Amino acid sequence: MNAPVRMPKLIKGATGDWEVVIGMEVHAQVSSNAKLFSGASTEFGGDPNDHVSLVDAAMPGMLPVINEECVRQAIRTGLGLKAQINLRSVFDRKNYFYPDLPQGYQISQFKDPIVGEGVLTIDLENGAQVEVGIERLHLEQDAGKSLHDQHPTMSFVDLNRSGVALMEIVSRPDLRSSEEAKAYVTKLRSILRYLGTCDGDMEKGSLRADVNVSVRRPGEGLGTRCEIKNVNSIRFIGQAIEYEARRQIGILEDGGVIDQETRLFDPGKGETRSMRSKEEAHDYRYFPDPDLLPLVFPQELVDDLAAHLPELPDEKKARFINVLGLPAYDAGLLVADKDTADYFEAALNAGGGKRDAKAVANWIMGDISAYANSVSKAVSQTFITPEQVAGIVDLIGEGVISGKIAKDVLAIMVEEQGGDPRAIVEARGMKQVTDTGAIEKAVDEIIAANPDKVAQAQAKPTLAGWFVGQVMKATGGKANPQAVNELVKARLGL
Amino acid sequence: MSDLTDLTLAEARDGLRAKQFSAVELTRAHVQAMEQARALNAYVLETPEKALAMAAASDARIAAGEAGPLEGLPVGVKDLFCTEGVRTTACSRILGEFIPGYESTVTAKLWADGAVMLGKLSNDEFAMGSSNETSCFGPVISPWRRDGSDAAIVPGGSSGGSSAAVAAKLCLAATATDTGGSIRQPAAYTGTVGIKPTYGRCSRWGIIAYASSLDQAGPIARTVQDAAIMLKSMTGLDLKDTTSFDAPVPDFEAAVKRGVKGLTIGIPKEYRAPGMSAEIDALWERGAQWLRDAGANVVEVSLPHTQYALAAYYIIAPAEASSNLARYDGVRYGVRVDGKDIASMYENTRAAGFGREVKRRIMTGTYVLSAGYYDAYYVRAQKVRALIKRDFDAAFANGVDAILTPTTPSAAFGLGEKIAADPVEMYLSDIFTVTVNLAGLPGISVPAGLDAQGLPLGLQLIGKPFDEETLFAAGEVIEQAAGRFAPAASWWR
Repeated sequence: MNAPVRMPKLIKGATGDWEVVIGMEVHAQVSSNAKLFSGASTEFGGDPNDHVSLVDAAMPGMLPVINEECVRQAIRTGLGLKAQINLRSVFDRKNYFYPDLPQGYQISQFKDPIVGEGVLTIDLENGAQVEVGIERLHLEQDAGKSLHDQHPTMSFVDLNRSGVALMEIVSRPDLRSSEEAKAYVTKLRSILRYLGTCDGDMEKGSLRADVNVSVRRPGEGLGTRCEIKNVNSIRFIGQAIEYEARRQIGILEDGGVIDQETRLFDPGKGETRSMRSKEEAHDYRYFPDPDLLPLVFPQELVDDLAAHLPELPDEKKARFINVLGLPAYDAGLLVADKDTADYFEAALNAGGGKRDAKAVANWIMGDISAYANSVSKAVSQTFITPEQVAGIVDLIGEGVISGKIAKDVLAIMVEEQGGDPRAIVEARGMKQVTDTGAIEKAVDEIIAANPDKVAQAQAKPTLAGWFVGQVMKATGGKANPQAVNELVKARLGL
Repeated sequence: MSDLTDLTLAEARDGLRAKQFSAVELTRAHVQAMEQARALNAYVLETPEKALAMAAASDARIAAGEAGPLEGLPVGVKDLFCTEGVRTTACSRILGEFIPGYESTVTAKLWADGAVMLGKLSNDEFAMGSSNETSCFGPVISPWRRDGSDAAIVPGGSSGGSSAAVAAKLCLAATATDTGGSIRQPAAYTGTVGIKPTYGRCSRWGIIAYASSLDQAGPIARTVQDAAIMLKSMTGLDLKDTTSFDAPVPDFEAAVKRGVKGLTIGIPKEYRAPGMSAEIDALWERGAQWLRDAGANVVEVSLPHTQYALAAYYIIAPAEASSNLARYDGVRYGVRVDGKDIASMYENTRAAGFGREVKRRIMTGTYVLSAGYYDAYYVRAQKVRALIKRDFDAAFANGVDAILTPTTPSAAFGLGEKIAADPVEMYLSDIFTVTVNLAGLPGISVPAGLDAQGLPLGLQLIGKPFDEETLFAAGEVIEQAAGRFAPAASWWR
């Protein structure tokens, strides 16, 4: 069988097919206790202006001092993206006036970012993989927030976010559909969470995307792009791209041209609208921030961080496939969320036990996930511990209960919101009957009572299953199905 | 007892230690001098109560045997230094009645060493100027006058309040800052000693920024020794300023008497600026001879990129200033002039809040950083800066220990003489000092004589990075040879 390939996804217009080209600029808030250039807290929430230092408020004479943990987080992220780490980078000032930008400039990295080119691999629905180029990653300050709903004529400013460290991660225009764009952000978020460098919480604004969209006829050069700013959910990213591609195609098919501009996505209306055109674009007057020396660190720091990097989703998936023998689909599903992957491995290795990885995976992706979904939680957030999952899998493996009884055990655990599977089985007499004498007796009785079925089965051996079913019924489901099967065949002379 | 304000800082320190007078007496004498000298307009804020309270605390520490190096010594503070609980304005309307809730690192070190604050000293608005005429509190008048004339003379700038106050004995010493010559030029114009230390010596934390890559704090004092004592207390690593340098702070005062025997002093041939007066040239030669007489070897050196320094400076400094001053937007502190929307509020506030020279530099800086001009101006100016630095490196690598130049091309000019003219006329008074800032080197100005009209002239010594000690040693030789200079009469009282 050939490996699955990326299928071109074309959009049908009135005059033919169109291809959409997408590049992403993701802003990921660095997980750190303090801001990028000040000691103020980065905690989410709190009353407005609770977490503001003199530096964040740009008081006269204040100076920025780099938070080294943010630097380490950016390096870790660069390593996770298999990217070039630049041992020397420069902080620049991006100058513009806005009330929530106290300094009148944002400290960012323009010409010399801390991280250069890298790559991120996404998995498509059909199993195909696409390598998306990472152009760069740089560190920059977040702005504060303007509040327009607090006073009839005035706007208020909350500087709690002012100066919080962001990583801007810029992809190449390598994405060709809204599905790919969503898969890219999902994968990027997964890597960031594995690394612990960003919590990826889009609801809190920890991860937001600027989406660059253009359309073209297949095989032609790049079209004019529009940038959709600050999209804050993966679903909205998909909707914004779909809408924007259609809008651009409509304009082009009507003989118009695309204006390069910045647009906003309105989730309520499901559409994008113009924010400012290229002519209105700011001249940011970037120049190196003279308050900060170039950021220089030794290769040893990078090596040390690399040596302590956690296993990332791609590596984990490969290990699940190659070492644990899981199918690619299962492995992909399990590693998508780090907590689920950890849960799986905890169940697999609980009590130092050796158990079948596929059986553990099946339980987690099957019954446990179904329960978790029913209560709108992640598997790892349910009351069911990996040890309990291991207990169920072990009981089946040891032949103490059947898979069917195991479902009953889980149901009891759910009912009682806890319980040790083995204790439940013991206390309720749910053990399989392995006493051959008792099974033999039941088999003999059923054969004796059904001579016509015996003849049929002897003529057509697949009908032996009927006898197995009858025996299971007679033993209340507790007979070991394999033992029953063997006995029935022996007695019928098959 | 003679007037306590006549003492040098070192003499006052020794007198306090010997309990010849108290810190309160010393401070009271200076408060009185300050209050009698309002005609000079040197102080923009007098803090006599704070001064006397600090002096009383100093007396208690002296009595307890816990005196710091500057214990009980009254000093003035340039209004660019943020002082906790004391109005700080950079002499700009835009800061209004701004009162910082924090103390600059440099002034905090002075207070920790026992110094007493008399008040805040005027400066050119945001340190942009060379005559102290751009202060929103009005010009500072130099205590010096031309022989036989009552015409007002400028005290230099931007630290004109500091230089005037020190020259007129309204404080024992003062803090100042120097971005292109703002310590050395006013020191030269007022017969005082001013040193701009190596970039990174003094923390910039809490000093209102003009051009961050050039700004550096330093003292203005009446003697080389006083400047050395002050600088020791102002310097040191500060983790709150990334550009602050982790170098040991030497005992600068001990270096003052070290002498120059065996040192090599360079005379840069390119500093013979066109139109430089014969008396400056003679002063320069006299200075070289004094150093020779004291055992130094004087050699000619070449600093070939000097001619581009002023142009590079007036690109880099305004570029940084245009960005540094963006925070004065009327949103969080200082003056706000309302408008119909946020953009017009910004425009109205900044139009009303900034003076003419500040606006000129913000516009120049904005222009040189703009798309399409950045490479032609800012990038090119940075290349020139690197070449100027290389010139100095080469001179020092050839065995030169310090470089001697005039501080300014002429003596102080009259009030209003240049402020209305082509701004480049004013900028030219910094022609010998800006190179030192561009190269990040230490530079000291020491009074060396008077011009034909009786106004003081200074000589500048430029040192290797973090070698202020040689500058104090060589400066002392000039001071000993030239003598000290003070205004003939206290006409302002």
